[in-house]
Amino acid sequence: MSETEPLLRVRGLAKHFPVRTGLRSKGLVRAVDGLDFDVRAGETLGLVGESGCGKTTTGRMLVRLLAPSAGTIEFAGRDITHARRRELRPLRQDLQIIFQDPYASLNPRHTVGRIVAMPLQVNGIDPPGGVRKRVQELLELVGLNPEHYNRYPHEFSGGQRQRVGIARALALRPKLIVADEPVSALDVSIQAQVINLLRDLQRDLDLAFVFIAHDLAVVRHFCQRVAVMYLGRIVEIGDRADIYERPQHPYTRALLSAIPDVTALGPAGRIRLAGDVPTPLDPPSGCRFRTRCWKAQDICATEEPALVARDGGRQATACHFPESGPVAAGGPAVPAESADPAGPAVPAVPAVPAVPAVPAGSAAPAESVAPAGSVGASGEEVAK
Amino acid sequence: MSLSPIEGVALAEIESGGDGDAPKRRGVVGRSPGQLAVARLRRDRTARVSGALLVFFVVVALIAPLLSMLYGVGPGEDFKGKLDRCCGMPLGYLGGISGDHWFGLEPGTGRDIFIRMVYGLRTSLLIAFSAALLSTALGVTLGVVAGYLGGWVDAVVTWITDLVLAMPFLIIALALMPTLVLRFYGERDAVPEAFGVAMLIAIFAVFGWTSTARLVRGQVITLREREFVEAARASGAGLGHMLFRQLLPNIWAPILVAFSLAVPQFITSEAALAFIGVGLTDETPSFGRMIYRSLDYLQTDPAYVFFPGVTIFALVLAFNLFGDALRDALDPKSSR
Amino acid sequence: MARFLIKRIFSATLTLFVVSVLTFLMFFALPRDPVSGMCPKNCNPERLERVRQELGLRDPLVTQYAGYMKGIVTGRDLGSAQGGRCDAPCLGWSYVANEAVSDTIARVLPVTLSIVIPAAVLWLLLGVGLGMVSALRRGTWVDRAAIGFSLTGASLQLYFVGAVLLLVFVYTTRLLPVPSYTSIFDNPLKWASGLVLAWVALAFLFSAIYARLSRAQMLETLSEDFVRTARAKGLAKPQVYGRHALRAAITPVVTIAGLDVGGALGGTVITELTFGLTGLGRTAVDAVKAGDLPTIMATVLIAAFFVVVANLVVDLLYAAIDPRVRLG
Repeated sequence: MSETEPLLRVRGLAKHFPVRTGLRSKGLVRAVDGLDFDVRAGETLGLVGESGCGKTTTGRMLVRLLAPSAGTIEFAGRDITHARRRELRPLRQDLQIIFQDPYASLNPRHTVGRIVAMPLQVNGIDPPGGVRKRVQELLELVGLNPEHYNRYPHEFSGGQRQRVGIARALALRPKLIVADEPVSALDVSIQAQVINLLRDLQRDLDLAFVFIAHDLAVVRHFCQRVAVMYLGRIVEIGDRADIYERPQHPYTRALLSAIPDVTALGPAGRIRLAGDVPTPLDPPSGCRFRTRCWKAQDICATEEPALVARDGGRQATACHFPESGPVAAGGPAVPAESADPAGPAVPAVPAVPAVPAVPAGSAAPAESVAPAGSVGASGEEVAK
Repeated sequence: MSLSPIEGVALAEIESGGDGDAPKRRGVVGRSPGQLAVARLRRDRTARVSGALLVFFVVVALIAPLLSMLYGVGPGEDFKGKLDRCCGMPLGYLGGISGDHWFGLEPGTGRDIFIRMVYGLRTSLLIAFSAALLSTALGVTLGVVAGYLGGWVDAVVTWITDLVLAMPFLIIALALMPTLVLRFYGERDAVPEAFGVAMLIAIFAVFGWTSTARLVRGQVITLREREFVEAARASGAGLGHMLFRQLLPNIWAPILVAFSLAVPQFITSEAALAFIGVGLTDETPSFGRMIYRSLDYLQTDPAYVFFPGVTIFALVLAFNLFGDALRDALDPKSSR
Repeated sequence: MARFLIKRIFSATLTLFVVSVLTFLMFFALPRDPVSGMCPKNCNPERLERVRQELGLRDPLVTQYAGYMKGIVTGRDLGSAQGGRCDAPCLGWSYVANEAVSDTIARVLPVTLSIVIPAAVLWLLLGVGLGMVSALRRGTWVDRAAIGFSLTGASLQLYFVGAVLLLVFVYTTRLLPVPSYTSIFDNPLKWASGLVLAWVALAFLFSAIYARLSRAQMLETLSEDFVRTARAKGLAKPQVYGRHALRAAITPVVTIAGLDVGGALGGTVITELTFGLTGLGRTAVDAVKAGDLPTIMATVLIAAFFVVVANLVVDLLYAAIDPRVRLG
């Protein structure tokens, strides 16, 4: 699946919400501000970032619940950016969404059977064997009792409801599913079950996923590729292994360091970012992360770094001063308060080569990007 | 497909807890929110009593001709002979109550109060139900459209709502009725009863939809952004499906409550219009007319005031009680 | 804030404009000669024709309407038969009452105000008070009594209650004088005793709605997290209920109150007829019956004006009570 035509191609995607406060100051919230990425058939792309970085807005634009302000979305070679409802219809069958809140995403007045059948019904599809049979197959597929066909959502638990939502998304046999934080509203124990279900479905039905989440552990478990978003932009995109083990963007590093690690007690490796995320009403000039970045220099304020792959690798980073080398357990042990540009040099000579899977040689880590196949393999390792 | 449905089913079993045993298995049918509400309503004593009273009133209204036959008196019949000659007051005690005339006679006209009330109930309920039905339909349509589409459609509907609310209803109705009658009939033509009734229903419907529209609009706005609505949109559902399949089933509860509270409101309004001297002519028996006439006899014949006054109070109270009970049953979170 | 105010005032003006146009059309476009009603009985054709001329009824509708509106804004000259110069706000001349409509209004408006304002204070206090008490004493006999009271009130008719009150307090026991209006500035005691029955009747019926509404709202608010938080952090009950919960519970009450008071100020037709008081409502009814167009126009416009202004006030109050409401 390396060089085939991507299933989904997004270029320059942006969503600006107008806000009016007071008499005349009309501003624009740049919720999403120029995204480029591709998703190939059967591929899972994770979209991670803090709340408010534009992940959910992106997801809604992909399935055209929101109209993009700029940019293009191509799906299976067709531009769907401004397609009308009737034109979208055939594509709807290939492009579905799973929502975050299993309590809000099911119509409380409809039976589960009706909910799952809804996409078939509105698209006028009569599957062989009848709608009911198809719905029961779907319920079985997502691990629900097909006899619960006539039950109402309020009779199910959160995890079961999310399964219903998944069954609904699968009803049209889509090629790509946008999953908007599909497990973040569930109990941790249920999360794993639902994620495993999604994984199995992804493999068996060869589904492509755009998986939106703020939980990096979940993304690592589920996604082959990962895009990190900050303030409406992608700051780094690459294969899972690269992102998690050799993050180049300081923000990615900071995010990763925030994953609680039971093996390392105490705040030792945590990069604490100073300040808050700037308002998307008035994002910083140049690099958007510069206000909180410990490596920021003058150029960061004047020039916006392009999302480029370095040294011909598949990992692209939008940073003037990308990090290199694997994440050490200690991380770049530089408190953000000391905005000393010399600081980040420290992790380049890692004191403890903590990640065993990665060669300790930190000379040119970008070149040692593993081919896609082996990423999958190592992904398995991580997953199991 | 190498999924793990077993794990899932097992999970479902655990989570749904209790009803997984084999014999029960076959008829796994869930109870819809509506069925739950009906069950709650059945348990509510106030609802049962007021409901029974309402059924009684409706049945009386429906079988009015039959009652009239059994009773032996028609709604238009008068018994002037049973009034005293000087002032037209009914002879006998308490406004002429007797075995022939259960609630006595109307002073002046000598008509039988009981049978006038039975037919008045018929007229009042017909007007109130039709007006409530029409105004609710109008309010729901406008409210749903305004709430769902938003933007300028919403702005226009909201403005029209404000406009209608700003019109003084009684005065406009008072002015409209005669002019409308003149438009359709000549100065001296006899105006058929049905026309007056239809006119009243139309006026009530035109002025009565605003509260329902506001209510529905608010509900739709909160629902519009819910994910299940977006899910339908993401599947390519059209406007009709969105409004009628996704949204309406979720707001019929407040609509039903609004309807049940609109009926007594229109009964009252009909009476109020009659009180200021518009509405039906004296030939059509109606509660409003009766009460309006009876107030002149407040000191001389209190029984005449008492019977229609108490009946309309009981009718409206029963509707209000039932509407309240319905609200509680449909929305268990609220009150009690 | 300024933007919101301007927007609302604009929309309110538009509403009033459309109400005036609709009322105008309703009486002119429909097949009833306004003049025959305007001129008292025994009119000869010449007199009728003269009245038509003076009223400008021979002019096109738009001209007539423009003239009427001009009168309201700047005043206009009506001609000697109609009292000559009529200053702004000129509402025209009534042939039925034989006086300028503005004079009629000036005479009857204080009556309606005197009925409505004290009654509104009474019904709000009574209604919200009952609602609060029954919510806080939920399930006790106090609650049940309050519910019973409010349901009774909501199901009664004003003319019925009024009639009973009159029978008891005026005709039978003679505790109170026959209702009449005296200016509060002349004799406050007489003012109150002449109107108290109207206040009581109105308050009894209207407070019912408020009691039910504020009870339901209060119960809902009491179960909300912020109230529990306030209780948990140790605030005393009266403080929590008085300051935190009441504030949240009262918002919907304000909306309804605005509509009710606005509507009532435009004429409490039934009340005025029941108690034989001549306020805006009764004037309007009499005007309609007499076909007195200038008076009808004036009463309808004033009624609409009160509703629109009340709505505006409610919107502003909303923002003051509930900081979550954003004006924009």
